[in-house]
Amino acid sequence: MGGFFKSSIGRKVAMALSAFFLMFFLIMHLSVNLLSLFSEDAFNTASHFMGTNPVVQFALQPVLIIGVVFHFVMGFILELKNRKAQGVSYAKNNGAANSTWMSRNMIYSGIAILAFILLHFIDFWIPEINTKYVLGDMSGMHDGSLRYYHELVEKFHNPLRVGAYVVAFIFLGLHLAHGFTSAFQSMGSTAGRKKALQNFGKIYSIAIPLGFIVIALFHHLFNNH
Amino acid sequence: MNLTLKIWRQKDTSSKGQMVDYKVTEISEHMSFLEMMDVLNEQLVNSGEEPVAFDHDCREGICGMCSMYINGEAHGPDRGITTCQLHMRMFNDGDTITIEPFRAAAFPVIKDLVVDRTSFDRIQHAGGYISVNTSGNTQDANAIPISKHAADEAMDAATCIGCGACVATCKNSSAMLFVGAKVSQYALLPQGQVEAADRVQNMVAQMDLEGFGNCTNTGACEVECPKGISLDNIARMNRELMKASI
Repeated sequence: MGGFFKSSIGRKVAMALSAFFLMFFLIMHLSVNLLSLFSEDAFNTASHFMGTNPVVQFALQPVLIIGVVFHFVMGFILELKNRKAQGVSYAKNNGAANSTWMSRNMIYSGIAILAFILLHFIDFWIPEINTKYVLGDMSGMHDGSLRYYHELVEKFHNPLRVGAYVVAFIFLGLHLAHGFTSAFQSMGSTAGRKKALQNFGKIYSIAIPLGFIVIALFHHLFNNH
Repeated sequence: MNLTLKIWRQKDTSSKGQMVDYKVTEISEHMSFLEMMDVLNEQLVNSGEEPVAFDHDCREGICGMCSMYINGEAHGPDRGITTCQLHMRMFNDGDTITIEPFRAAAFPVIKDLVVDRTSFDRIQHAGGYISVNTSGNTQDANAIPISKHAADEAMDAATCIGCGACVATCKNSSAMLFVGAKVSQYALLPQGQVEAADRVQNMVAQMDLEGFGNCTNTGACEVECPKGISLDNIARMNRELMKASI
């Protein structure tokens, strides 16, 4: 198996496996965040559970971090290898004649998502880890109530941040528009080439980013106190 | 029709090439692209210049020799064809046509538009065959039951002529459509299944060794392939390699 993951195809499979985990994670993350549109308490309870449950914290979270880092590092490694394989560039190349913009520019949508993740870590993850594991406050409390909802609303005050989030989610949508079906193909499944899954992929790649955009805009426009 | 041609000229593998402009006149729209190139070369020879070197052989779309990246597409702006099957009626009078060799680090330029595609031969040598002893004891092919579906898919994969348009088109210079087709044509049939695991491992290892890139499933190869080889063959190769490695 060691040889397998060193081969070009093994690396594709590894990219696809990490992609599947990340796509599943996006559904989970969006589901929790959507609660914030309807109920402060429900969002706080769900966030508190995700932030303190040992399975989520010490099993899923490390897998997520490894998955994200792996997907980016391997993405860059493969991009560099592919550029080397290309040799001299064409003077005239009509890529649009045979493939989608999304499929040809995964590295750029990926870099945009990476930049977003750095911002997102500074915004939420680092303060969270600092509160819990550095300051030792596992309660998730703020002024006597759970702090998560308050924190979320506060972050979406700044229109620049909201704008950055919206742009990043558009890039996420573009990345998923190719990535969703591509992951199936890499895993050796032709399901991604069938209409049903292609349509599901389209819905997924629009619905997930749109959900996050709606949440950011909702709190910015209607919850800005 | 009268045309301006921008053609990549390169003396040999080690020298630096460049695009050079040429004019051709009175080109018939019924000519094939290679015939148009013949007209240009006659013109060049008559004026004492070095003709443009380009690959060609059967000129009927089955040998896979003619290459050329024409106006940004492998085999030019038409579907399901090789360059010898591309007709000048696809262009308009007064057009400027850009003609480049197939580009990939694993396809070094030999001269002008001729590239070295022996990397494909070495991939084939690594496993693109079956080791059947045919000396005097050949079995009747019809004695082995094969489903119509498998036979059709194997035949479709076997129509690959190894021209390299997939590699030339791929932004990653990946050879996976070619190798996928070769792996598939045997993996689908009982005679090929005996050596399927070794075959896919050896062919993929050779493909990686030759310096071809990684497939990112853009699907460009399938669109530009003169034989319409399906991306399903790449998925099958991925499955075969997983199966062989576990």
